[in-house]
Amino acid sequence: MRPLFALAIGLLFGAGLCLSGMTAPAKVQGFLDIAGAWDPSLAFVMAGAIGVGLFLFRVARRRLPPPSHRVDVALVVGSLLFGVGWGLVGYCPGPALAAIGSLDPKALAFVAAMIAGTGLQRLVASLRLSAAGFVATDVDRSVTAEACGA
Amino acid sequence: MSIDWQNFTPLASLAGGVVIGISAGLLAARSGRILGVSGFVSGLFDRDKEWTARLALIAGLILAPLLIGTVHTLPSALPDVGWPVVIAGGLLVGFGTRLASGCTSGHGVCGLSRLSLRSAVATGAFMASAFATVFVLRHIA
Repeated sequence: MRPLFALAIGLLFGAGLCLSGMTAPAKVQGFLDIAGAWDPSLAFVMAGAIGVGLFLFRVARRRLPPPSHRVDVALVVGSLLFGVGWGLVGYCPGPALAAIGSLDPKALAFVAAMIAGTGLQRLVASLRLSAAGFVATDVDRSVTAEACGA
Repeated sequence: MSIDWQNFTPLASLAGGVVIGISAGLLAARSGRILGVSGFVSGLFDRDKEWTARLALIAGLILAPLLIGTVHTLPSALPDVGWPVVIAGGLLVGFGTRLASGCTSGHGVCGLSRLSLRSAVATGAFMASAFATVFVLRHIA
């Protein structure tokens, strides 16, 4: 991934977000409010993105590892938590970052909290991983001890 | 349920979606990377050789609305919610997307485009809890 190309992709993606209406949290909440005055626009965003995506990702399939079909508790719980945050404020990660330039204090606070949440999950995951590492080491030791006839 | 015709923007939203799909598809085809914004944010914690490129993509994402804003007035980004909700929302989005290894872009756009069962389950889960949250927020709370 070349930085200049990544910058261009970021600009294009950001332009798409602006055009689609996803950068307006009120519009996002209008889409999520299916029981009120429902604005179905964001379903059209998904349709447009996936319509093109189905074709382009097929073209690109040799550049990527095959998609995962693994479903686990972390996937479901994480997604449920994410949905609550998304519904509460109307920002998912892309539009939240796109709002940084507005210098709106609440948008900036949301991004800071989002980065903190990301860091927190990474910390929890690495602690769990190192805890699992200790267990594995203990198992290795007992296996080694057995192999030595201890 | 009633349709909010006043704010309904099918053409602009469809066109925006197409642009989003093109940007994700191009990154996959040329760089072999999934355009997942939560993953790019998380990658800021990893000082490897792709760090600059990840920062560049995020910079582009931040610059785009500023550039468009010079020729076209964009709707206000201001979320009409209190501070504790803003902070809680940000923490939930950051923590949840990392636990699920993806968000609206990584699972919702790229994963569904690749017909991944994992991404379909993730998208179903976050859409369901987002709908439920707004329902409670606007019709119960």
